[in-house]
Amino acid sequence: MENKLIMILIVVIGAIAISQLVRVYELTAKLRKHGEHEIPTRDNYLNSKLMLAFMILQFGGFIYLTMKYGWTGRGPAASVQGEATDWLLNLNFVIIIAVFFLTNFLLFFFSFKYVKKPGVKAYYYPHNNKLEMLWTVVPAAVLAVIIILGLRTWNEVTSASPKDAIQVELYSKQFDWTARYAGGDNTLGKTDYKLILGNNELGLITAATIDSSILAMRQGAGGILDIKKLLNNRDTVLTDSLTAVLRKDLGSKERLLRLLTQMKSTHNASLDKHAYDDIIQKDTLYLCVNKPYEFSLRSKDVIHSAYFPHFRAQMNTVPGYGTRVKFTPNKTTAEMRTIKNLPTFNYVLMCNKICGGAHYKMKLMVVVLEEAEYNAWMKGRAAKNFKATYFPAPAAPAATVTPAKDTVKTAMN
Amino acid sequence: MASAAHDVHSHDHHDHHHEESFVSKYIFSQDHKMIGKQFLITAVFMGLVAMLLSILFRIQLAWPGESSDFLNFFLGDQWAPEGVLKEDMYLGLVTIHGTIMVFFLLTGGLSGTFSNILIPLQLGARDMASGFLNMLSYWFFLLSSLIMFLSLFVMNGSVFGIDFPGEWGTVGNGPAMAGWTVYPPLSALPQAVSGSGFGMTLWLVSMAIFIAGSLIGSLNYIVTVLNLRTTGMTMTRMPLTIWAFFVTAILGVLSFPVLLSAALLLIMDRMAGTSFYLSDIMVGSEMLTNHGGSPLLFQHLFWFLGHPEVYIVLLPALGLSSEIIATNARKPIFGYKAMIGSILAIGFLSFIVWGHHMFITGMNPFLGSVFVFTTLLIAIPSAVKVFNYITTLWKGSIVYTPAMLFAIALVSTFITGGVTGIILADSALDIAIHDTYFVVAHFHIVMGMSAVFGMFAGVYHWFPKMYGRMMNNRMGYAHFWITIVGAYGVFFPMHFVGLAGAPRRYYDYSVYGEFDTESFNMIMDLNVIITVFAIIAALGQLIFLFNFFYSIYRGPAAPQNPWKSNTLEWTTPVEHIHGNWPGALPVVHRWPYDYSKPGAAEDFIPQDVPLAEGEVEH
Repeated sequence: MENKLIMILIVVIGAIAISQLVRVYELTAKLRKHGEHEIPTRDNYLNSKLMLAFMILQFGGFIYLTMKYGWTGRGPAASVQGEATDWLLNLNFVIIIAVFFLTNFLLFFFSFKYVKKPGVKAYYYPHNNKLEMLWTVVPAAVLAVIIILGLRTWNEVTSASPKDAIQVELYSKQFDWTARYAGGDNTLGKTDYKLILGNNELGLITAATIDSSILAMRQGAGGILDIKKLLNNRDTVLTDSLTAVLRKDLGSKERLLRLLTQMKSTHNASLDKHAYDDIIQKDTLYLCVNKPYEFSLRSKDVIHSAYFPHFRAQMNTVPGYGTRVKFTPNKTTAEMRTIKNLPTFNYVLMCNKICGGAHYKMKLMVVVLEEAEYNAWMKGRAAKNFKATYFPAPAAPAATVTPAKDTVKTAMN
Repeated sequence: MASAAHDVHSHDHHDHHHEESFVSKYIFSQDHKMIGKQFLITAVFMGLVAMLLSILFRIQLAWPGESSDFLNFFLGDQWAPEGVLKEDMYLGLVTIHGTIMVFFLLTGGLSGTFSNILIPLQLGARDMASGFLNMLSYWFFLLSSLIMFLSLFVMNGSVFGIDFPGEWGTVGNGPAMAGWTVYPPLSALPQAVSGSGFGMTLWLVSMAIFIAGSLIGSLNYIVTVLNLRTTGMTMTRMPLTIWAFFVTAILGVLSFPVLLSAALLLIMDRMAGTSFYLSDIMVGSEMLTNHGGSPLLFQHLFWFLGHPEVYIVLLPALGLSSEIIATNARKPIFGYKAMIGSILAIGFLSFIVWGHHMFITGMNPFLGSVFVFTTLLIAIPSAVKVFNYITTLWKGSIVYTPAMLFAIALVSTFITGGVTGIILADSALDIAIHDTYFVVAHFHIVMGMSAVFGMFAGVYHWFPKMYGRMMNNRMGYAHFWITIVGAYGVFFPMHFVGLAGAPRRYYDYSVYGEFDTESFNMIMDLNVIITVFAIIAALGQLIFLFNFFYSIYRGPAAPQNPWKSNTLEWTTPVEHIHGNWPGALPVVHRWPYDYSKPGAAEDFIPQDVPLAEGEVEH
């Protein structure tokens, strides 16, 4: 508190001191019969020279930063699509840097050269249609080239993946990423957010997961029965606000239960195999070099963005709305380490859409492997597919499913 | 007809003059000059707040996690315990900084101030079409500014003990934290971030009021420009400032209601359980029942305003600089009609480019291609404007007032920030740099610096008209050179931070420290440089503040036409009077850019001077 007072005091005294100095300056200026609105020639010349100096500073700063950091500060692109983008980026940079130098030079040079000089009158030059036509047509022509090349690359980068592209899902939530490989059939199992529960954290749809969710919704902890019990208990007195909250919660859960029951009635169990062989992978995303990848993106809560700076790929993940992005990695992690001369380097997937307090920590390590290494890793991993993790022990499936069936019957009754 | 109406008006003024009390003159004033000054002072205050917020988060970015007394001093133990900024509040600071700068300083402050002061004065009108609506527009602006400012102090769902009825009025700490674009679901769910509680409610309420005020103001400007031009002031004799304000007001009227509707739908989603923007969401372990809404709908609605908004901010600055450059180069603005044409073209195109903010949201790529095309078209009228400015300087006789320095700097930033827009408009390239610091650098230079420079130029140039006194030029020079070097020092290196891959709105870049130390070192080096420049530039603004307030009270008395300018505002008396001109309204005989016209005795001929015998209008 004392510090704050002292700081405020210093600011106030400083302001008073400056105001007195200005007053003195102004009074002396008046004594010299110096009209305050007439800009002295000396000031005019000084500013015109500073304009030129600023131009040199600006150009120098630009050249220095470009020499030191380049415009691909994150290193060369690590995917086929990224290389196409980088080529286009370089071309565009050449064009805009030329424009930047030319126009800024003209602007600052004229500012320097045409400063008011005694006896020189400005040249009355209101318009010239030919000149104006020139600088309409030339930018239009340059832009036409930029647009055509840009759209060509854009169409390449966003077109559908080849049929044999490896299917991977990236699932985002506050504040981490989960990857899901499609397994041997290269088809991802379908998902629904209402099935997110326990060890089905991605909400995969199978007959068993629907049953468990119905069970939990009805009679799990905090489920419909629990809430009803609380509301109907005459021994405890609930405050009005708590009752309102509970009733609202009950309403949502009953609605969700209805939807789950509906889902069950239309579920086609023959598709469960697509889900069961899926491989859920946290912490690290392993990719195989030179293989096309098709990423399906999904979000649990808010908008996130899957941002792969080194592969030059980026796409938002939107709750309730599937998005996709594709790329073909063409440099293994080992290769990139050599290129960048950085033995600790790793690719990374980051979140690039503001998503909450720990937004900046939401990341996933990406490792690009040679085909043989990748296949070896995948072989080991395939044994721990969704089926294996969802039904941990051989006896478990029966145990999970049986009571669920009963529940549904009760629920329907 | 016109003169009869004016007589009645000046008669009114005569009666009115003695009745004016302190309240009706300074507070509930209906005089456009006073309202303009009210806008300016309010915006200067808000701008200072937003600048301070930026310094606070820049300190965190340059020296992440290091204890700073400065942070603790301003944010207290709640948000900066032991001098270290909290993650949530970092986002809060970023959000409110952006909101205030875009809407309160550069929309309300820039167009509010100068449209009010200059439209009637440069058109030869006694006042705005409706003085009362004009006053109302300021009071809406002030109220929304206050609410936005207070939202910084939200704690446990209330501000200084003031609560808000309803569910989300009782939760939340800190201001809105979803970025100035407030994308739902983050902004719709108080469970997702602490700022999406009461702070977000205040943000939405404040913006709704702001938009209402802005609409009232804009309608008034449009009506005034169309109906209250003095005799001889045809549309093609209007100064480019007025053209810019006119098109800006039209953009505002057409686009702000869309943001209002977006905000209202968001309020419904937050308070009434609707699902406009929400679908299939689970926050933490809470499963929501919302189904069928689309977060992309909000983005379309937001950017339908958001992109025209860029030009709502920029056009007034370009208009002011056109006037200032012509006056101080002592030359007609080059290609007057082409300048009008490019203002109109920019205004029109600004409505069909919004999708370039959404290339990577999952919007159909074909739609993306269309937006690439329309967006890059905007570069053409922009290029025309730049070349016309440069040609105006060519063979001029430049007088370096502080206003002229800022106006030339505006052209420079418009170029420097504009060319990087060509990269961002190219969807294929946007994929790699979207939401990185490259974008932050781009829009801060092209929109932020340009518009702020335009605003400073306007203040220095029209200060004598506003306050009847002169500002100190030497302090103006010092302010200018510190500001331009500081601002370029901040935003130029940001391009390189972005090209190194750094995402915006990151609390720190430790993730790069883990994965790519090469990029990390580069980002951290540059972040320190940027923050140092930011602090220098911020301190430079103290010179302006001092000069501004000191000159209001103690500056030397202004002559009637200090810059030897042609436009009508300099034909009014220095002392402000209600109705602007003591006698009949001036009659306009020529365009406003007859500077250094061959055959004339002086190097300027005001608009109300009749054509000499044998003289040809430009």
